[in-house]
Amino acid sequence: MLIRLLVTALLILVFSLWASKFRNAAKAGQVVPTKFQLMGEISLNFVRNSIAHDQLGVKDGDRFLPLLATMFFTVLGMNITGIIPSLNIAGTSVIGLPLVLAVAAYVTFIYAGVRKHGLGFFKNSLFPAGVPAAFYILVTPIEFLSTFILRPVTLALRLMMNMIAGHLLLVLCFSATQFFLFNAEGVFKAFGAGTFIFGFIFTLFEILVAFLQAYVFTLLTTVYIQLALADEH
Amino acid sequence: MDATNIAALSGNLAVIGYGLAAVGPGIGVGLVVSKTIESIARQPELAARLQVTMWLGIAFTEALALIGLATPFIFV
Repeated sequence: MLIRLLVTALLILVFSLWASKFRNAAKAGQVVPTKFQLMGEISLNFVRNSIAHDQLGVKDGDRFLPLLATMFFTVLGMNITGIIPSLNIAGTSVIGLPLVLAVAAYVTFIYAGVRKHGLGFFKNSLFPAGVPAAFYILVTPIEFLSTFILRPVTLALRLMMNMIAGHLLLVLCFSATQFFLFNAEGVFKAFGAGTFIFGFIFTLFEILVAFLQAYVFTLLTTVYIQLALADEH
Repeated sequence: MDATNIAALSGNLAVIGYGLAAVGPGIGVGLVVSKTIESIARQPELAARLQVTMWLGIAFTEALALIGLATPFIFV
């Protein structure tokens, strides 16, 4: 989709501007940040402090920060096009992009686990400690399904379905407005105002959902990495 | 006397299916949020940590409803 190219170009532009701004400020020893620089610091610090450091700790958090920040801002940028007039569809509402991001998360948490525990990672996640041996017949297939199949699938589906549902709601509200105002008879025209207000409220709601889904996607990736890194109890 | 139809329904049965699929997650998300509110009321200083956990819980619970939404695209 053309929108994705547009968003990607915009993200690259904004981030390279931020990067040069940060570098210049550090070189000049400038203490008071400009507005644009402050925006970058606040957004990047949000991912760093309240997602990466909170869940993974400072050391591992900084290790995985580039991936998490990329994920957060990609998802956010692609989501927000859903409510920008004349773009009107979210880049994440078609399966391709959520799938790529979910595969990236999947590969990362398996990599993190294998790097830390070697093959013990698969043993830890498939045969959790403290379960009587006979129960492994039951537990292992469930753990396999939930860890290695359902995690990436739900990551991709959650993002895409949220965006599709939001898009459908907006389409429904605004096409109902169009119908009531131009095709309906008499008193039914008044319903048009109601559906228009609902459409406007849902647009605001979609902004919230766009931020929330970016947050949830990144947070879940972080938690999966954290679970992969966690030591056996 | 001929049998006559008093009322007729038309539409897709899958819609009812999605309605049913949304009941469970609806209750689940309600429980998650209500317990979080309760915990924050008891211990307001933990609010930030509890909210993160709440979003995680909601995300896991909500996945079921979203799988229900995805089903017609895959199986129908």
